[in-house]
Amino acid sequence: MIDYGKMLSKTVCEIKPSGIRKFFDILSEMDDVISLTVGQPDFITPWHIRESAIESLEKGKTYYTSNAGMTDLRTEITNYLKRRFNLEYSPKDEVVVTVGGSEAIDIAMRTILEPGDEVILPIPSFVCYEPIAEMIGAKVVHIETKLENKFKITPEELRAAITPKTKMLILPFPNNPTGAILTREELEALAEILRGTNICVLSDEIYAELTYGKRHVSIAELDGMRERTVIASGFSKAYAMTGWRLGYICAPRELAIQMLKVHQFAIMCAPTMSQFAAIEALKNGDDDVEMMRAEYNRRRVFILEGLRKIGIECFEPEGAFYIYPNIAPFGLSSEEFCERLLYEQKCAIVPGTAFGENGDGFARISYAYSVKHLAEALTKIEAFVKSLKK
Amino acid sequence: MEKILKLLEDDATLTCEQIALMLQKEVGEIKDAIKKYEKDGVILGYKTLIDWDKTDREYVSAIIEVKVLPQRDRGFDKIAEKIYNYPEVQSLYLMSSGGFDLALIIEGKTMREVAYFVAQKLAPIESVTATATHFVLRKYKDKGVIYGSCEVDERGNLLI
Repeated sequence: MIDYGKMLSKTVCEIKPSGIRKFFDILSEMDDVISLTVGQPDFITPWHIRESAIESLEKGKTYYTSNAGMTDLRTEITNYLKRRFNLEYSPKDEVVVTVGGSEAIDIAMRTILEPGDEVILPIPSFVCYEPIAEMIGAKVVHIETKLENKFKITPEELRAAITPKTKMLILPFPNNPTGAILTREELEALAEILRGTNICVLSDEIYAELTYGKRHVSIAELDGMRERTVIASGFSKAYAMTGWRLGYICAPRELAIQMLKVHQFAIMCAPTMSQFAAIEALKNGDDDVEMMRAEYNRRRVFILEGLRKIGIECFEPEGAFYIYPNIAPFGLSSEEFCERLLYEQKCAIVPGTAFGENGDGFARISYAYSVKHLAEALTKIEAFVKSLKK
Repeated sequence: MEKILKLLEDDATLTCEQIALMLQKEVGEIKDAIKKYEKDGVILGYKTLIDWDKTDREYVSAIIEVKVLPQRDRGFDKIAEKIYNYPEVQSLYLMSSGGFDLALIIEGKTMREVAYFVAQKLAPIESVTATATHFVLRKYKDKGVIYGSCEVDERGNLLI
């Protein structure tokens, strides 16, 4: 008899499956659910962007590109970062085009971290960082962000988390699931602690285009920070291009050329047709981004005010397309709250515990849905919380 | 308050309460603003986009180019008025084309009905010198909405 336990990597087997797997299993088997769980835009990729990919196929451009991605695309990425966020990178050797922001995170972590290293991760956060660290054998040190700090990390918390073994700080802002952002001043206070160390900042800026009111500031823009920062970003959220799987890292040459090796042997290169689409997005997509941002903003205010009106306390999100209401006052655990909302009202939102242990008492609502859909969901949530109060 | 117009242009079914939430205003303010827009003729009406091809109702539409002789003092307005008063006429535009002057969109149950309108009502109007009727074979998109599609959320529900 074959013993798969002996065949498989222990490290991989020990990666915990998502704690809310059960919740998603129930959700997938129910019909007519008003769901607010999807973490991707509801817009279709703008037509001119799709068209440029189609044209590349028609012209038979179906080859591999260079490992780092097409020169034109890398140039457009650096132009864009300069134009939008005042960042300067060399397209020649400081950009690697990746298969989504996910690969960008993966190659950055695998290039920097070794077994035994510590990586500081603010939670709640997107779910991929921790398993990648585990596969490397690095130790994750959490900073639990708090509602009273608007889910930002404070300089005190950062200082307390750093040890001689700290190799990396992950900075996932604008944040999924909380919608928190970090301002220039807040980043400056963190930068002050990091300057003069060898700690690498992995700044996950996938939601950089989706901030409301203030433009996103990258920590790499601050004095002395570019040299210790890796930016991971991509096209999925800004241009509604999730299925194209296209992202990039930007980093100082010394780091980027090592990341390129990991990318080269794992992936070869990002999909060529997606790269053509991305060039068009960067060249002519500013108006599309603006339109989508304005629409998300309308929905953000709608869901925020709507939840407050029915008596649910909400931190006002300033970025991404999620809202992270405080459901603790209803006296149920996050999972109980979400399961009962699903069973009793057929409305689905994600328990906060999916994004970190300190997520209990919260839930994530995605507002990447039409106002009509959101309004329907709000009615259901209102009926549910009313029934709890009785 | 012009934001109200943009919102209603995209979705006339939005309630004052919903608009108030989105614009962070009082419901009363929104109601008053809409009333004023209606009174001032900025908002002229609310309609629904219907794909009649998906129903049993017979339906045809046509775009008709009309060449006319403008009248002294009144220009094209008088003749335009005469044409747009027919209920069959859905839209009427004065055009800058050299080939014709007015373009109208007409809807009817059958091609015969449309042809009857052109022959019996439009062409006999004094100062209409020529017409050219183009029947619509298929409506792909109208008012920014693509016809024939339906809303299905096919997004993968991954934990992102």
